[in-house]
Amino acid sequence: MSLAIDLATIWAFIIAFAVFVYVVMDGFDLGLGILFPLFPAKADRDVIMISVAPVWDGNETWLVLGGGGVMAAFPLAYSVLLPALYTPMIAMLIALVFRGVAFEFRWRTQRERNPWDLAFAGGSWLAALAQGIALGAILQGVHVEARHYAGGWWDWLTPFSILTGVSLLIGYALLGATWLVMKTEGSLRDRAYRLSWLLLIAMLGAIVAVSIATPFLHLQYTHRWFTWPNIIFTAPVPIAVAAVTALLLRALTNKYDYQPFFLSLALFALSYAGLGISMYPFIVPQSITIWQAAAPPNSQIFLLFGVSVLIPLILGYTAWAYWVFRGKVRPESGYH
Amino acid sequence: MFEGWDAVALARAQFAFTMSFHIVFPAFSIGLASYLAVLEARWLLTGREVFLNLFNYWLKIFAVAFGMGVVSGIVMAYQFGTNWSAFADKTGPVIGPLMAYEVLTAFFLEAGFLGVMLFGLKLVGPRLHFLATLMVAIGTLISAFWILSSNSWMQTPTGYAVNADGQFIPTDWLEVIFNPSFPYRLVHMVLAAYLTMALVVGAVGAFHLLRDPHIAGPRVMFSMAMWMAALVAPIQILAGDQHGLNTLEHQPVKIMGMEGHYQSHPDGAPLILFGLPDQRQGRVKYALEIPKMGSLILKHSPNAPMPGLDTVPRENWPPVPITFWSFRIMVGMGFLMFGLGLFSLWCRWRGTLFDSRLLHVFAVLMGPAGFIAVLAGWITTETGRQPFTVYNLLRTAESASPLAAPAIGSSLLAFVIVYFVVYAAGVTYLLRLMSQPPHAGEAGPPHEVPTRTAGITPAIEGVTQ
Repeated sequence: MSLAIDLATIWAFIIAFAVFVYVVMDGFDLGLGILFPLFPAKADRDVIMISVAPVWDGNETWLVLGGGGVMAAFPLAYSVLLPALYTPMIAMLIALVFRGVAFEFRWRTQRERNPWDLAFAGGSWLAALAQGIALGAILQGVHVEARHYAGGWWDWLTPFSILTGVSLLIGYALLGATWLVMKTEGSLRDRAYRLSWLLLIAMLGAIVAVSIATPFLHLQYTHRWFTWPNIIFTAPVPIAVAAVTALLLRALTNKYDYQPFFLSLALFALSYAGLGISMYPFIVPQSITIWQAAAPPNSQIFLLFGVSVLIPLILGYTAWAYWVFRGKVRPESGYH
Repeated sequence: MFEGWDAVALARAQFAFTMSFHIVFPAFSIGLASYLAVLEARWLLTGREVFLNLFNYWLKIFAVAFGMGVVSGIVMAYQFGTNWSAFADKTGPVIGPLMAYEVLTAFFLEAGFLGVMLFGLKLVGPRLHFLATLMVAIGTLISAFWILSSNSWMQTPTGYAVNADGQFIPTDWLEVIFNPSFPYRLVHMVLAAYLTMALVVGAVGAFHLLRDPHIAGPRVMFSMAMWMAALVAPIQILAGDQHGLNTLEHQPVKIMGMEGHYQSHPDGAPLILFGLPDQRQGRVKYALEIPKMGSLILKHSPNAPMPGLDTVPRENWPPVPITFWSFRIMVGMGFLMFGLGLFSLWCRWRGTLFDSRLLHVFAVLMGPAGFIAVLAGWITTETGRQPFTVYNLLRTAESASPLAAPAIGSSLLAFVIVYFVVYAAGVTYLLRLMSQPPHAGEAGPPHEVPTRTAGITPAIEGVTQ
């Protein structure tokens, strides 16, 4: 039994890691789509697309791993959460279809006003909102009876889930803006700096709002964050957020190219750690723990072998692909 | 909307719809990725520019098709949870790890190297670039391995136990992965993907040969494609026959559905060529049949007894009118491919491979045949498994999510609208790319990243000029 407990915890961290990698990697490329309407010039849009075209597919694969990993390691959670999040999940999938095909299709159309630019922007907005809403819906908990979701298909819609939806939209846009700072030059980068400022302020507002609202959802969250001795472990999170924010402000003021993006990632990591602190050890808050949802050890161990060998390998060749396409994207390079 | 509809039927329609639109892209890109690797290898070995031109030509098409496969594949990865949550809960411990292994060993490999394959030739040089192409091609094959293993487990489950919660628990992973129908299904599907690719490449080559029989690119691709069709189509027919015998052993009821055998035949079953299966009356109307031939094919003995669906409880019948016809469509396509291969050998022997207009018109018409056969084949095997998701163990009706019809109907409607828009555009762009002949100095994908430092590497310059 003790082995099973350890396995479930290991798997919770693996899933959390995969979802986090997804959030930061697809986060910035969704962010580019969110910012698309602010860059109407075709030349700018071409540069934005080129900056991410070689890697978007790999970024999105982490979403498949997150989903597949949950089904493999915590099948009960997978089977309860997806029907509970039915509407935002379907919306996200459809949004990802639109923005995904836009990467290829936008170069193929012969129309004056490119309809696939609209698909890319609209798909990115909708996907980000849907993911944020799904996150909020998970945090506020879902109605479970026996081994099934027992609520309706609109239960997820609350002011809190809308708040988390908008927050994630802002966060992704910040990642996108700081990515542009890193990957572009000239007037495009200047605008990206200004946007990063605005989005950083908005993101801080969102973090504060979600942090205030979360403890009101369930007593467990309040208890987790504010009681002694937990507070020794939880207090550093907001302090670190403040420190990273200060560094980020400095980097934007001094117009550093690389720091803003990586500091924004740090801000995401801290917010994400905060979510983990709130949720653990539940995978469906207030209903199902990671141990209740865990697949039998035979399944979890079998996949653990693969994960421990393959994830480092994947990170290695993914890093190589990023390295091949490193540096600034030049505007004149776009099309042949 | 959709009040009073059957939620399970809507969920099945949604799975069938999204799956059918998805499968055509992997079927094409598994074959095309290997073809691209072969083209690049031949370019590197011979230095002939025509191979690089063909590589770049098909790379653009591959990029569009692969992108569509990726986005429609993400939809599939979540369908199990959204619409089939009871199935996901019960089979997750078995199927989940297989799918996760697919992501880890195949998707990441493809996605990680795809960027370099599409845009990186000038950045990394030809050798590393060829490695990237090879990785993508291998990735598509590994992906087929896992996905067909998990599908085959649903058809012929082995290596499991059932726990107190009704979940399938793996007891022996080797038995799970290499379940009895898996090797046959894997071979059959990979050959189908290669044939599908060859027929598309052949049709595009033939289309351009009809316009101008003298340009190099179409001649090379047409010749390669016709070799493929001539060699693989007969192998595929043999593999399909073996797969059928395996199905007879492990899923005899599916064979009854495919053959229209409502009645038992104690003294040898006929081969029903055509007819109208009537599920309610339990017989095939207007049947055109060859006596004893069914037993001869399936049991290699004309008088071998063949039990029919009358030995099976009605609630376990597959929908015969569907499997009967989809099976015949698949087989018909297979024999047409075989015919095309033979015809091309004849023309090649006569020296008219690039001049026979009849052959070229035939090849153009056969362009979509691979897709039709793949879809018909999948409809046969998946519908033939009904009314179960895990054969004889978990009923389809007990696999669905606890959601009401309006939710599933609305999402189905949304998928139909979105897919028709996106696929209409995608197919238009693909056909537009294919309608241009490959030419000298063919460029790669349009947003190719520029050279950063010294420009094109001398090695490439040496061979391309």
